[in-house]
Amino acid sequence: MDTAIYDSMRHFADSWGLVYMMAIFLAVVFFIVRPGAKANAKAAARIVLDDDHPIDRGSHR
Amino acid sequence: MRNVGWIIGLAAGAFVALLLSAFGQDSLFRIHMGLVTAVLALGAVILMRLPQVARVPAGVIESNKQGYFDDPIRIGSVLIVFWGAVGMLVGVIIALQLAFPDLNFGPWLNFGRLRPLHTSGVIFAFGGTALITTSFYVVQRTSRARLLSDGLAWFVFWGYQLSLFMAASGYLLGITQGKEYAEPEWYTDLWLTIVWVAYLILFLGTIIKRKEPHIYVANWFYLAMIVTVALLHVVNNISMPVSFLGSKSYSLFSGVQDALTQWWYGHNAVGFFLTAGFLGMMYYFMPKQAERPVYSYRLSIIHFWALIFLYIWAGPHHLHYTALPDWAQTLGMVFSIMLWMPSWGGMINGLMTLRGAWDKMRTDPIIRMMVIAVAFYGMSTFEGPVMSIKSVNGLSHYTDWTIGHVHSGALGWVGMISFAAVYFMVPRLWGRRQLYSLRMVNWHFWLATIGIVIYAAVMWVSGITQGLMWREYDSQGFLVYSFAESVAALHPYYVARALGGALYLSGVIVMAVNIWLTIAGKVRSERPLVAPATVQPAE
Repeated sequence: MDTAIYDSMRHFADSWGLVYMMAIFLAVVFFIVRPGAKANAKAAARIVLDDDHPIDRGSHR
Repeated sequence: MRNVGWIIGLAAGAFVALLLSAFGQDSLFRIHMGLVTAVLALGAVILMRLPQVARVPAGVIESNKQGYFDDPIRIGSVLIVFWGAVGMLVGVIIALQLAFPDLNFGPWLNFGRLRPLHTSGVIFAFGGTALITTSFYVVQRTSRARLLSDGLAWFVFWGYQLSLFMAASGYLLGITQGKEYAEPEWYTDLWLTIVWVAYLILFLGTIIKRKEPHIYVANWFYLAMIVTVALLHVVNNISMPVSFLGSKSYSLFSGVQDALTQWWYGHNAVGFFLTAGFLGMMYYFMPKQAERPVYSYRLSIIHFWALIFLYIWAGPHHLHYTALPDWAQTLGMVFSIMLWMPSWGGMINGLMTLRGAWDKMRTDPIIRMMVIAVAFYGMSTFEGPVMSIKSVNGLSHYTDWTIGHVHSGALGWVGMISFAAVYFMVPRLWGRRQLYSLRMVNWHFWLATIGIVIYAAVMWVSGITQGLMWREYDSQGFLVYSFAESVAALHPYYVARALGGALYLSGVIVMAVNIWLTIAGKVRSERPLVAPATVQPAE
Protein backbone atom coordinates (compact mmCIF):
# COMPACT_ATOMS: atom_id res chain seq x y z
CA MET A 1 0.00 0.00 0.00
CA ASP A 2 1.11 3.54 -0.70
CA THR A 3 2.66 4.90 2.49
CA ALA A 4 1.06 8.34 1.99
CA ILE A 5 -2.41 6.79 2.13
CA TYR A 6 -1.39 4.71 5.13
CA ASP A 7 -0.03 7.79 6.93
CA SER A 8 -3.03 9.99 6.27
CA MET A 9 -5.52 7.27 7.29
CA ARG A 10 -3.57 6.46 10.42
CA HIS A 11 -3.43 10.13 11.43
CA PHE A 12 -7.10 10.63 10.62
CA ALA A 13 -7.93 7.63 12.81
CA ASP A 14 -6.12 8.92 15.89
CA SER A 15 -7.41 12.50 15.55
CA TRP A 16 -10.84 13.13 14.04
CA GLY A 17 -11.80 9.46 14.09
CA LEU A 18 -11.09 9.29 17.80
CA VAL A 19 -12.97 12.54 18.49
CA TYR A 20 -15.95 11.28 16.50
CA MET A 21 -16.09 7.99 18.42
CA MET A 22 -15.64 9.69 21.79
CA ALA A 23 -18.38 12.22 21.01
CA ILE A 24 -20.88 9.49 20.11
CA PHE A 25 -20.00 7.45 23.16
CA LEU A 26 -20.32 10.43 25.51
CA ALA A 27 -23.63 11.37 23.90
CA VAL A 28 -24.89 7.83 24.50
CA VAL A 29 -23.77 7.87 28.13
CA PHE A 30 -25.32 11.29 28.72
CA PHE A 31 -28.58 10.08 27.18
CA ILE A 32 -28.62 7.07 29.50
CA VAL A 33 -27.91 9.01 32.70
CA ARG A 34 -30.02 12.04 31.85
CA PRO A 35 -32.56 13.02 34.47
CA GLY A 36 -35.84 11.31 33.70
CA ALA A 37 -34.31 8.15 32.26
CA LYS A 38 -34.50 6.39 35.59
CA ALA A 39 -38.21 5.66 35.50
CA ASN A 40 -38.00 4.22 31.98
CA ALA A 41 -35.04 2.07 33.00
CA LYS A 42 -36.86 0.72 36.02
CA ALA A 43 -39.82 -0.23 33.85
CA ALA A 44 -37.57 -1.83 31.21
CA ALA A 45 -35.78 -3.92 33.83
CA ARG A 46 -39.11 -5.56 34.73
CA ILE A 47 -39.78 -6.78 31.18
CA VAL A 48 -38.26 -10.18 31.91
CA LEU A 49 -40.39 -10.85 34.94
CA ASP A 50 -43.71 -11.24 33.14
CA ASP A 51 -43.26 -12.84 29.75
CA ASP A 52 -44.98 -16.22 29.79
CA HIS A 53 -47.26 -15.53 26.85
CA PRO A 54 -47.06 -13.42 23.73
CA ILE A 55 -49.37 -10.44 23.62
CA ASP A 56 -52.33 -11.01 21.29
CA ARG A 57 -52.62 -8.78 18.30
CA GLY A 58 -55.97 -7.46 19.52
CA SER A 59 -54.95 -6.31 22.97
CA HIS A 60 -52.11 -3.96 22.20
CA ARG A 61 -51.45 -1.78 25.18
CA MET B 1 -47.70 -35.15 3.60
CA ARG B 2 -46.00 -32.63 5.82
CA ASN B 3 -42.71 -30.88 5.11
CA VAL B 4 -42.90 -31.41 1.36
CA GLY B 5 -40.92 -28.24 0.70
CA TRP B 6 -38.18 -29.25 3.10
CA ILE B 7 -37.94 -32.76 1.65
CA ILE B 8 -37.62 -31.41 -1.88
CA GLY B 9 -35.07 -28.84 -0.71
CA LEU B 10 -32.95 -31.42 1.10
CA ALA B 11 -33.10 -33.87 -1.82
CA ALA B 12 -32.10 -31.09 -4.22
CA GLY B 13 -29.27 -30.10 -1.89
CA ALA B 14 -28.11 -33.70 -1.73
CA PHE B 15 -28.16 -33.87 -5.54
CA VAL B 16 -26.10 -30.67 -5.87
CA ALA B 17 -23.61 -31.96 -3.29
CA LEU B 18 -23.41 -35.23 -5.24
CA LEU B 19 -22.59 -33.33 -8.44
CA LEU B 20 -19.94 -31.28 -6.59
CA SER B 21 -18.50 -34.51 -5.29
CA ALA B 22 -18.45 -36.08 -8.76
CA PHE B 23 -16.72 -33.13 -10.41
CA GLY B 24 -14.45 -32.19 -7.47
CA GLN B 25 -10.86 -31.26 -8.33
CA ASP B 26 -9.19 -33.02 -5.41
CA SER B 27 -9.98 -36.15 -3.48
CA LEU B 28 -10.56 -34.30 -0.19
CA PHE B 29 -13.25 -32.13 -1.77
CA ARG B 30 -14.87 -35.20 -3.34
CA ILE B 31 -14.95 -37.06 0.00
CA HIS B 32 -16.19 -33.99 1.87
CA MET B 33 -19.03 -33.38 -0.59
CA GLY B 34 -19.85 -37.08 -0.45
CA LEU B 35 -20.34 -36.72 3.30
CA VAL B 36 -22.56 -33.68 2.78
CA THR B 37 -24.60 -35.65 0.24
CA ALA B 38 -25.07 -38.44 2.77
CA VAL B 39 -26.18 -36.05 5.54
CA LEU B 40 -28.64 -34.14 3.36
CA ALA B 41 -30.10 -37.37 1.95
CA LEU B 42 -30.41 -38.76 5.46
CA GLY B 43 -32.23 -35.58 6.49
CA ALA B 44 -34.68 -36.01 3.61
CA VAL B 45 -35.33 -39.65 4.51
CA ILE B 46 -35.87 -38.82 8.20
CA LEU B 47 -38.36 -36.10 7.27
CA MET B 48 -40.26 -38.48 4.97
CA ARG B 49 -40.50 -41.07 7.72
CA LEU B 50 -41.60 -38.68 10.48
CA PRO B 51 -44.98 -39.72 11.88
CA GLN B 52 -47.73 -38.03 9.92
CA VAL B 53 -50.30 -36.10 11.88
CA ALA B 54 -53.94 -36.68 11.10
CA ARG B 55 -55.56 -33.88 9.12
CA VAL B 56 -56.62 -31.15 11.53
CA PRO B 57 -59.04 -28.31 10.92
CA ALA B 58 -57.35 -25.10 9.84
CA GLY B 59 -58.47 -23.28 12.99
CA VAL B 60 -56.52 -25.66 15.24
CA ILE B 61 -53.34 -25.09 13.27
CA GLU B 62 -53.86 -21.37 13.58
CA SER B 63 -54.23 -21.57 17.35
CA ASN B 64 -51.05 -23.71 17.54
CA LYS B 65 -49.20 -20.86 15.94
CA GLN B 66 -50.30 -18.37 18.59
CA GLY B 67 -47.71 -19.14 21.27
CA TYR B 68 -43.95 -18.87 21.21
CA PHE B 69 -42.20 -21.11 18.68
CA ASP B 70 -40.25 -23.43 20.95
CA ASP B 71 -39.64 -26.56 18.84
CA PRO B 72 -36.11 -25.65 17.70
CA ILE B 73 -35.35 -24.47 21.24
CA ARG B 74 -36.23 -27.93 22.61
CA ILE B 75 -33.94 -29.66 20.11
CA GLY B 76 -31.31 -26.98 20.72
CA SER B 77 -31.34 -27.54 24.49
CA VAL B 78 -30.52 -31.20 23.96
CA LEU B 79 -27.87 -30.41 21.34
CA ILE B 80 -26.14 -27.91 23.65
CA VAL B 81 -25.52 -30.72 26.13
CA PHE B 82 -24.55 -33.14 23.36
CA TRP B 83 -22.04 -30.77 21.72
CA GLY B 84 -20.68 -29.77 25.13
CA ALA B 85 -19.97 -33.41 25.95
CA VAL B 86 -18.41 -34.08 22.51
CA GLY B 87 -16.27 -30.92 22.43
CA MET B 88 -15.04 -31.41 25.98
CA LEU B 89 -14.37 -35.13 25.45
CA VAL B 90 -12.14 -34.23 22.50
CA GLY B 91 -10.51 -31.66 24.80
CA VAL B 92 -9.66 -34.33 27.36
CA ILE B 93 -8.32 -36.56 24.58
CA ILE B 94 -5.97 -33.89 23.22
CA ALA B 95 -4.89 -32.98 26.76
CA LEU B 96 -3.89 -36.64 27.17
CA GLN B 97 -2.17 -36.58 23.76
CA LEU B 98 0.00 -33.70 24.98
CA ALA B 99 0.86 -35.62 28.14
CA PHE B 100 1.30 -38.97 26.36
CA PRO B 101 2.26 -38.47 22.68
CA ASP B 102 1.73 -42.19 21.94
CA LEU B 103 -2.00 -41.44 21.93
CA ASN B 104 -1.68 -39.69 18.55
CA PHE B 105 -3.28 -41.97 15.96
CA GLY B 106 -2.49 -40.36 12.64
CA PRO B 107 -3.42 -39.02 10.32
CA TRP B 108 -7.08 -38.52 11.23
CA LEU B 109 -6.80 -38.55 14.99
CA ASN B 110 -3.53 -36.75 15.62
CA PHE B 111 -3.30 -33.59 17.74
CA GLY B 112 -3.11 -31.25 14.74
CA ARG B 113 -6.54 -32.34 13.47
CA LEU B 114 -8.26 -32.94 16.80
CA ARG B 115 -7.24 -29.57 18.26
CA PRO B 116 -9.43 -27.49 15.90
CA LEU B 117 -12.15 -30.11 16.38
CA HIS B 118 -11.97 -29.38 20.12
CA THR B 119 -11.82 -25.58 19.85
CA SER B 120 -14.56 -25.33 17.24
CA GLY B 121 -16.52 -28.08 18.99
CA VAL B 122 -16.68 -26.08 22.19
CA ILE B 123 -16.82 -22.54 20.77
CA PHE B 124 -19.02 -22.98 17.71
CA ALA B 125 -20.88 -26.25 18.30
CA PHE B 126 -21.53 -25.94 22.06
CA GLY B 127 -21.35 -22.15 22.35
CA GLY B 128 -22.95 -21.39 18.99
CA THR B 129 -25.85 -23.76 19.54
CA ALA B 130 -26.30 -22.25 23.00
CA LEU B 131 -26.37 -18.75 21.49
CA ILE B 132 -28.86 -19.57 18.74
CA THR B 133 -31.10 -21.60 21.07
CA THR B 134 -31.19 -19.10 23.92
CA SER B 135 -31.52 -16.14 21.55
CA PHE B 136 -34.67 -17.75 20.11
CA TYR B 137 -35.95 -18.23 23.65
CA VAL B 138 -35.07 -14.76 24.91
CA VAL B 139 -36.04 -12.65 21.90
CA GLN B 140 -39.55 -14.13 21.80
CA ARG B 141 -40.20 -13.66 25.47
CA THR B 142 -38.73 -10.18 25.85
CA SER B 143 -40.49 -9.07 22.64
CA ARG B 144 -43.69 -10.85 23.67
CA ALA B 145 -43.91 -12.07 20.08
CA ARG B 146 -43.46 -15.29 18.12
CA LEU B 147 -40.37 -15.67 15.93
CA LEU B 148 -40.66 -13.96 12.55
CA SER B 149 -41.06 -17.22 10.65
CA ASP B 150 -41.14 -20.87 11.72
CA GLY B 151 -39.56 -21.98 8.45
CA LEU B 152 -36.72 -19.47 8.68
CA ALA B 153 -36.07 -20.53 12.28
CA TRP B 154 -35.73 -24.17 11.20
CA PHE B 155 -33.46 -23.14 8.34
CA VAL B 156 -31.17 -21.16 10.66
CA PHE B 157 -31.15 -23.92 13.27
CA TRP B 158 -30.40 -26.89 11.01
CA GLY B 159 -28.34 -24.83 8.55
CA TYR B 160 -26.01 -23.92 11.41
CA GLN B 161 -25.78 -27.58 12.45
CA LEU B 162 -24.87 -28.49 8.86
CA SER B 163 -22.07 -25.92 8.87
CA LEU B 164 -20.81 -27.48 12.12
CA PHE B 165 -20.83 -30.90 10.49
CA MET B 166 -18.96 -29.59 7.44
CA ALA B 167 -16.36 -27.88 9.63
CA ALA B 168 -15.81 -30.87 11.93
CA SER B 169 -15.60 -33.49 9.18
CA GLY B 170 -13.29 -31.19 7.22
CA TYR B 171 -10.86 -30.92 10.13
CA LEU B 172 -10.53 -34.69 10.44
CA LEU B 173 -10.00 -34.99 6.67
CA GLY B 174 -7.27 -32.35 6.91
CA ILE B 175 -9.16 -29.54 5.16
CA THR B 176 -8.15 -26.24 6.79
CA GLN B 177 -7.18 -22.71 5.86
CA GLY B 178 -4.94 -22.57 8.91
CA LYS B 179 -6.56 -19.56 10.61
CA GLU B 180 -7.20 -20.10 14.29
CA TYR B 181 -10.93 -20.36 15.11
CA ALA B 182 -11.60 -19.78 11.39
CA GLU B 183 -10.25 -23.07 10.04
CA PRO B 184 -13.09 -24.06 7.69
CA GLU B 185 -12.38 -23.59 4.00
CA TRP B 186 -14.14 -21.19 1.64
CA TYR B 187 -17.22 -23.26 0.74
CA THR B 188 -18.08 -23.97 4.39
CA ASP B 189 -17.58 -20.25 5.08
CA LEU B 190 -19.99 -19.36 2.27
CA TRP B 191 -22.65 -21.70 3.65
CA LEU B 192 -22.26 -20.25 7.14
CA THR B 193 -22.58 -16.74 5.68
CA ILE B 194 -25.96 -17.64 4.14
CA VAL B 195 -27.16 -19.15 7.42
CA TRP B 196 -25.92 -16.18 9.41
CA VAL B 197 -27.67 -13.62 7.21
CA ALA B 198 -30.88 -15.65 7.62
CA TYR B 199 -30.28 -15.57 11.39
CA LEU B 200 -29.93 -11.78 11.28
CA ILE B 201 -33.18 -11.44 9.31
CA LEU B 202 -34.98 -13.78 11.71
CA PHE B 203 -33.75 -12.03 14.85
CA LEU B 204 -34.21 -8.50 13.56
CA GLY B 205 -37.63 -9.36 12.11
CA THR B 206 -38.76 -10.72 15.47
CA ILE B 207 -37.61 -7.54 17.18
CA ILE B 208 -39.40 -5.41 14.59
CA LYS B 209 -42.71 -7.22 15.14
CA ARG B 210 -42.35 -7.06 18.94
CA LYS B 211 -45.33 -6.18 21.14
CA GLU B 212 -43.19 -4.87 23.98
CA PRO B 213 -42.31 -1.26 23.12
CA HIS B 214 -38.84 -1.37 24.69
CA ILE B 215 -36.06 -3.60 23.28
CA TYR B 216 -34.72 -5.39 26.34
CA VAL B 217 -30.95 -5.14 26.85
CA ALA B 218 -30.35 -8.88 26.32
CA ASN B 219 -31.54 -8.47 22.73
CA TRP B 220 -29.06 -5.66 22.18
CA PHE B 221 -26.24 -7.99 23.19
CA TYR B 222 -27.53 -10.82 20.99
CA LEU B 223 -27.99 -8.47 18.05
CA ALA B 224 -24.48 -7.04 18.48
CA MET B 225 -23.21 -10.61 18.47
CA ILE B 226 -25.04 -11.48 15.24
CA VAL B 227 -24.07 -8.29 13.37
CA THR B 228 -20.44 -8.28 14.45
CA VAL B 229 -19.88 -11.97 13.82
CA ALA B 230 -21.28 -11.51 10.31
CA LEU B 231 -18.79 -8.70 9.69
CA LEU B 232 -15.84 -10.56 11.21
CA HIS B 233 -16.59 -13.81 9.44
CA VAL B 234 -16.93 -12.23 6.01
CA VAL B 235 -13.84 -10.01 6.19
CA ASN B 236 -11.51 -12.58 7.73
CA ASN B 237 -12.50 -15.23 5.20
CA ILE B 238 -12.07 -13.18 2.01
CA SER B 239 -10.03 -15.61 -0.03
CA MET B 240 -9.56 -16.96 -3.54
CA PRO B 241 -10.30 -20.65 -4.11
CA VAL B 242 -7.65 -22.39 -6.17
CA SER B 243 -10.49 -24.09 -8.01
CA PHE B 244 -14.22 -23.57 -7.69
CA LEU B 245 -14.60 -27.30 -7.13
CA GLY B 246 -11.63 -27.72 -4.84
CA SER B 247 -10.94 -27.65 -1.11
CA LYS B 248 -8.06 -25.15 -1.09
CA SER B 249 -8.11 -21.36 -1.07
CA TYR B 250 -5.68 -18.54 -0.35
CA SER B 251 -6.37 -15.44 1.73
CA LEU B 252 -6.67 -12.07 0.04
CA PHE B 253 -4.33 -10.62 2.65
CA SER B 254 -0.71 -11.51 3.15
CA GLY B 255 1.93 -11.01 5.82
CA VAL B 256 1.16 -8.67 8.68
CA GLN B 257 -2.15 -7.53 7.13
CA ASP B 258 -3.30 -11.14 7.22
CA ALA B 259 -2.13 -11.48 10.82
CA LEU B 260 -3.92 -8.33 11.91
CA THR B 261 -7.14 -9.27 10.09
CA GLN B 262 -6.99 -12.70 11.69
CA TRP B 263 -6.58 -11.32 15.23
CA TRP B 264 -9.08 -8.56 14.69
CA TYR B 265 -11.36 -11.49 13.89
CA GLY B 266 -10.01 -13.76 16.62
CA HIS B 267 -10.28 -11.34 19.50
CA ASN B 268 -13.67 -10.06 18.47
CA ALA B 269 -14.86 -13.64 18.20
CA VAL B 270 -14.02 -13.74 21.91
CA GLY B 271 -15.57 -10.32 22.48
CA PHE B 272 -18.78 -10.71 20.56
CA PHE B 273 -19.37 -14.43 20.13
CA LEU B 274 -18.13 -15.61 23.54
CA THR B 275 -18.88 -12.45 25.54
CA ALA B 276 -21.66 -10.26 24.12
CA GLY B 277 -23.97 -13.16 23.28
CA PHE B 278 -23.46 -14.83 26.65
CA LEU B 279 -23.99 -11.49 28.40
CA GLY B 280 -27.37 -11.52 26.68
CA MET B 281 -27.98 -14.82 28.49
CA MET B 282 -26.81 -13.34 31.78
CA TYR B 283 -29.10 -10.33 31.48
CA TYR B 284 -32.11 -12.55 30.81
CA PHE B 285 -31.67 -15.77 32.77
CA MET B 286 -30.10 -14.32 35.90
CA PRO B 287 -33.00 -11.93 36.69
CA LYS B 288 -35.44 -14.71 35.76
CA GLN B 289 -33.91 -17.30 38.04
CA ALA B 290 -33.46 -14.78 40.87
CA GLU B 291 -37.01 -13.48 40.25
CA ARG B 292 -35.89 -9.89 40.53
CA PRO B 293 -34.91 -7.24 37.98
CA VAL B 294 -31.30 -6.60 37.08
CA TYR B 295 -29.46 -4.41 39.62
CA SER B 296 -29.13 -1.37 37.35
CA TYR B 297 -30.69 -1.32 33.93
CA ARG B 298 -28.85 1.87 33.04
CA LEU B 299 -25.53 0.30 33.98
CA SER B 300 -26.36 -2.58 31.65
CA ILE B 301 -26.81 -0.15 28.76
CA ILE B 302 -23.52 1.59 29.54
CA HIS B 303 -21.94 -1.89 29.82
CA PHE B 304 -23.24 -2.62 26.33
CA TRP B 305 -22.01 0.55 24.63
CA ALA B 306 -18.63 0.62 26.37
CA LEU B 307 -18.07 -3.01 25.38
CA ILE B 308 -19.00 -2.29 21.77
CA PHE B 309 -16.80 0.80 21.53
CA LEU B 310 -13.74 -0.77 23.15
CA TYR B 311 -13.65 -4.45 22.18
CA ILE B 312 -13.26 -3.93 18.46
CA TRP B 313 -9.80 -2.33 18.96
CA ALA B 314 -8.28 -4.88 21.31
CA GLY B 315 -7.19 -7.48 18.72
CA PRO B 316 -3.61 -6.22 18.12
CA HIS B 317 -2.59 -7.38 21.61
CA HIS B 318 -2.27 -10.84 20.02
CA LEU B 319 0.61 -9.48 17.90
CA HIS B 320 2.95 -7.87 20.44
CA TYR B 321 6.60 -7.81 19.36
CA THR B 322 5.75 -8.77 15.78
CA ALA B 323 6.01 -6.92 12.46
CA LEU B 324 2.81 -5.05 13.35
CA PRO B 325 3.53 -1.28 13.76
CA ASP B 326 4.35 -0.41 17.34
CA TRP B 327 1.55 2.14 17.64
CA ALA B 328 -1.00 -0.52 16.69
CA GLN B 329 0.35 -2.89 19.36
CA THR B 330 0.11 -0.12 21.95
CA LEU B 331 -3.40 0.74 20.79
CA GLY B 332 -4.47 -2.88 21.26
CA MET B 333 -2.94 -2.93 24.73
CA VAL B 334 -4.53 0.36 25.84
CA PHE B 335 -7.99 -0.62 24.66
CA SER B 336 -7.64 -4.01 26.35
CA ILE B 337 -6.85 -2.33 29.64
CA MET B 338 -9.79 0.06 29.24
CA LEU B 339 -12.04 -2.97 28.71
CA TRP B 340 -11.56 -3.74 32.35
CA MET B 341 -14.13 -1.09 33.25
CA PRO B 342 -17.18 -2.25 31.28
CA SER B 343 -16.38 -5.88 32.08
CA TRP B 344 -16.33 -5.25 35.79
CA GLY B 345 -19.32 -2.95 35.53
CA GLY B 346 -21.18 -5.85 33.96
CA MET B 347 -19.93 -8.34 36.52
CA ILE B 348 -20.99 -6.13 39.41
CA ASN B 349 -24.35 -5.58 37.74
CA GLY B 350 -24.88 -9.31 37.44
CA LEU B 351 -23.82 -10.12 40.98
CA MET B 352 -25.76 -7.25 42.54
CA THR B 353 -28.92 -8.56 40.90
CA LEU B 354 -28.92 -10.89 43.90
CA ARG B 355 -28.97 -8.00 46.37
CA GLY B 356 -31.22 -8.85 49.25
CA ALA B 357 -31.44 -12.44 48.03
CA TRP B 358 -27.96 -13.78 48.67
CA ASP B 359 -29.45 -16.78 50.45
CA LYS B 360 -30.37 -18.09 46.98
CA MET B 361 -26.64 -18.83 46.62
CA ARG B 362 -27.14 -21.43 49.32
CA THR B 363 -30.54 -22.74 48.35
CA ASP B 364 -30.48 -22.68 44.56
CA PRO B 365 -27.64 -24.46 42.72
CA ILE B 366 -28.68 -22.84 39.42
CA ILE B 367 -28.13 -19.38 40.91
CA ARG B 368 -24.85 -20.65 42.27
CA MET B 369 -23.86 -21.70 38.77
CA MET B 370 -24.77 -18.27 37.42
CA VAL B 371 -22.78 -16.55 40.15
CA ILE B 372 -19.67 -18.63 39.47
CA ALA B 373 -20.11 -17.90 35.75
CA VAL B 374 -20.22 -14.16 36.38
CA ALA B 375 -17.32 -14.45 38.82
CA PHE B 376 -15.26 -16.19 36.12
CA TYR B 377 -16.34 -13.50 33.66
CA GLY B 378 -14.85 -10.99 36.08
CA MET B 379 -11.70 -13.01 36.69
CA SER B 380 -10.89 -13.74 33.07
CA THR B 381 -11.64 -10.15 32.02
CA PHE B 382 -9.22 -9.10 34.75
CA GLU B 383 -6.56 -11.56 33.64
CA GLY B 384 -6.92 -10.67 29.95
CA PRO B 385 -5.99 -6.98 30.26
CA VAL B 386 -3.05 -7.94 32.49
CA MET B 387 -1.82 -10.35 29.82
CA SER B 388 -2.25 -7.71 27.11
CA ILE B 389 0.37 -5.47 28.77
CA LYS B 390 3.45 -5.81 26.58
CA SER B 391 5.92 -6.70 29.31
CA VAL B 392 3.57 -9.35 30.77
CA ASN B 393 2.81 -10.63 27.30
CA GLY B 394 6.55 -11.04 26.68
CA LEU B 395 6.44 -13.72 29.36
CA SER B 396 2.98 -15.15 28.81
CA HIS B 397 2.64 -15.25 25.02
CA TYR B 398 2.91 -18.67 23.33
CA THR B 399 2.85 -20.37 26.75
CA ASP B 400 0.19 -22.40 28.54
CA TRP B 401 -0.80 -19.32 30.54
CA THR B 402 -2.80 -18.26 27.48
CA ILE B 403 -4.45 -21.68 27.36
CA GLY B 404 -5.37 -21.38 31.03
CA HIS B 405 -6.81 -17.91 30.46
CA VAL B 406 -8.94 -19.07 27.55
CA HIS B 407 -10.28 -21.97 29.60
CA SER B 408 -11.18 -19.88 32.62
CA GLY B 409 -13.25 -17.82 30.19
CA ALA B 410 -14.66 -20.72 28.16
CA LEU B 411 -15.25 -23.25 30.94
CA GLY B 412 -15.92 -20.79 33.74
CA TRP B 413 -17.94 -18.10 32.04
CA VAL B 414 -19.34 -19.46 28.75
CA GLY B 415 -19.82 -23.02 29.97
CA MET B 416 -21.39 -22.26 33.33
CA ILE B 417 -23.82 -19.59 32.10
CA SER B 418 -24.93 -21.93 29.29
CA PHE B 419 -25.47 -24.84 31.69
CA ALA B 420 -27.50 -22.57 33.95
CA ALA B 421 -29.60 -21.43 30.97
CA VAL B 422 -30.28 -25.05 29.96
CA TYR B 423 -31.25 -25.98 33.53
CA PHE B 424 -33.60 -22.99 33.49
CA MET B 425 -35.20 -23.66 30.10
CA VAL B 426 -35.65 -27.44 30.02
CA PRO B 427 -38.34 -27.85 32.74
CA ARG B 428 -40.28 -24.91 31.25
CA LEU B 429 -39.98 -26.11 27.65
CA TRP B 430 -41.26 -29.58 28.49
CA GLY B 431 -43.80 -28.40 31.06
CA ARG B 432 -42.09 -30.14 33.98
CA ARG B 433 -42.58 -28.68 37.42
CA GLN B 434 -38.94 -29.22 38.37
CA LEU B 435 -35.67 -30.75 37.29
CA TYR B 436 -35.10 -34.48 37.83
CA SER B 437 -32.60 -33.68 40.56
CA LEU B 438 -31.33 -30.48 42.14
CA ARG B 439 -28.64 -32.44 43.94
CA MET B 440 -27.23 -33.50 40.60
CA VAL B 441 -27.05 -29.82 39.59
CA ASN B 442 -25.08 -29.32 42.75
CA TRP B 443 -22.76 -32.20 41.81
CA HIS B 444 -22.34 -30.73 38.37
CA PHE B 445 -21.51 -27.37 39.92
CA TRP B 446 -18.76 -28.76 42.13
CA LEU B 447 -17.27 -31.13 39.54
CA ALA B 448 -17.09 -28.26 37.05
CA THR B 449 -15.76 -25.68 39.50
CA ILE B 450 -13.06 -27.95 40.90
CA GLY B 451 -12.19 -28.97 37.34
CA ILE B 452 -11.71 -25.36 36.22
CA VAL B 453 -9.73 -24.40 39.30
CA ILE B 454 -7.33 -27.32 38.76
CA TYR B 455 -7.09 -26.53 35.06
CA ALA B 456 -6.43 -22.80 35.44
CA ALA B 457 -4.02 -23.11 38.38
CA VAL B 458 -1.99 -25.83 36.66
CA MET B 459 -1.78 -23.80 33.46
CA TRP B 460 -0.50 -20.75 35.36
CA VAL B 461 2.33 -22.78 36.85
CA SER B 462 3.01 -24.53 33.58
CA GLY B 463 2.88 -21.34 31.51
CA ILE B 464 5.14 -19.31 33.76
CA THR B 465 7.58 -22.23 33.99
CA GLN B 466 7.60 -22.44 30.22
CA GLY B 467 8.02 -18.68 29.75
CA LEU B 468 10.86 -18.46 32.27
CA MET B 469 12.69 -21.48 30.83
CA TRP B 470 12.51 -20.06 27.30
CA ARG B 471 14.07 -16.73 28.31
CA GLU B 472 16.76 -18.05 30.68
CA TYR B 473 20.24 -16.93 29.54
CA ASP B 474 23.57 -17.86 31.05
CA SER B 475 26.46 -15.44 31.62
CA GLN B 476 27.76 -16.12 28.10
CA GLY B 477 24.42 -15.12 26.55
CA PHE B 478 23.45 -18.66 25.58
CA LEU B 479 19.96 -20.07 26.18
CA VAL B 480 20.11 -22.34 29.20
CA TYR B 481 17.33 -24.75 28.17
CA SER B 482 16.55 -26.42 24.88
CA PHE B 483 12.90 -26.43 23.82
CA ALA B 484 12.66 -30.18 24.45
CA GLU B 485 13.77 -29.66 28.05
CA SER B 486 10.93 -27.20 28.62
CA VAL B 487 8.49 -29.75 27.17
CA ALA B 488 9.78 -32.46 29.51
CA ALA B 489 9.42 -30.13 32.51
CA LEU B 490 5.72 -29.65 31.77
CA HIS B 491 4.73 -33.33 31.83
CA PRO B 492 3.24 -33.39 35.36
CA TYR B 493 1.21 -30.26 34.65
CA TYR B 494 -0.15 -31.77 31.46
CA VAL B 495 -1.32 -34.84 33.37
CA ALA B 496 -2.98 -32.62 36.01
CA ARG B 497 -4.61 -30.52 33.29
CA ALA B 498 -6.17 -33.65 31.78
CA LEU B 499 -7.52 -34.48 35.24
CA GLY B 500 -9.10 -31.02 35.59
CA GLY B 501 -10.66 -31.38 32.15
CA ALA B 502 -11.96 -34.87 32.97
CA LEU B 503 -13.65 -33.52 36.11
CA TYR B 504 -15.33 -30.79 34.07
CA LEU B 505 -16.43 -33.35 31.47
CA SER B 506 -17.86 -35.64 34.16
CA GLY B 507 -19.97 -32.70 35.34
CA VAL B 508 -21.42 -32.42 31.84
CA ILE B 509 -22.23 -36.15 31.85
CA VAL B 510 -24.08 -35.72 35.17
CA MET B 511 -25.96 -32.88 33.51
CA ALA B 512 -26.81 -35.00 30.46
CA VAL B 513 -28.40 -37.67 32.69
CA ASN B 514 -30.28 -35.05 34.68
CA ILE B 515 -31.62 -33.29 31.59
CA TRP B 516 -32.57 -36.59 29.95
CA LEU B 517 -34.57 -37.78 32.95
CA THR B 518 -36.16 -34.34 33.36
CA ILE B 519 -37.40 -34.53 29.76
CA ALA B 520 -38.64 -38.06 30.47
CA GLY B 521 -40.73 -36.51 33.27
CA LYS B 522 -39.04 -38.31 36.17
CA VAL B 523 -38.33 -36.75 39.54
CA ARG B 524 -35.62 -38.18 41.76
CA SER B 525 -36.66 -38.90 45.33
CA GLU B 526 -33.93 -37.21 47.25
CA ARG B 527 -33.31 -35.34 50.44
CA PRO B 528 -34.01 -31.63 49.76
CA LEU B 529 -30.83 -29.66 49.15
CA VAL B 530 -31.57 -27.32 52.01
CA ALA B 531 -33.18 -28.61 55.17
CA PRO B 532 -36.45 -26.79 55.75
CA ALA B 533 -36.12 -24.24 58.53
CA THR B 534 -37.17 -25.75 61.81
CA VAL B 535 -38.75 -23.72 64.54
CA GLN B 536 -36.58 -23.69 67.63
CA PRO B 537 -38.47 -23.76 70.90
CA ALA B 538 -37.79 -20.77 73.07
CA GLU B 539 -35.38 -21.34 75.92
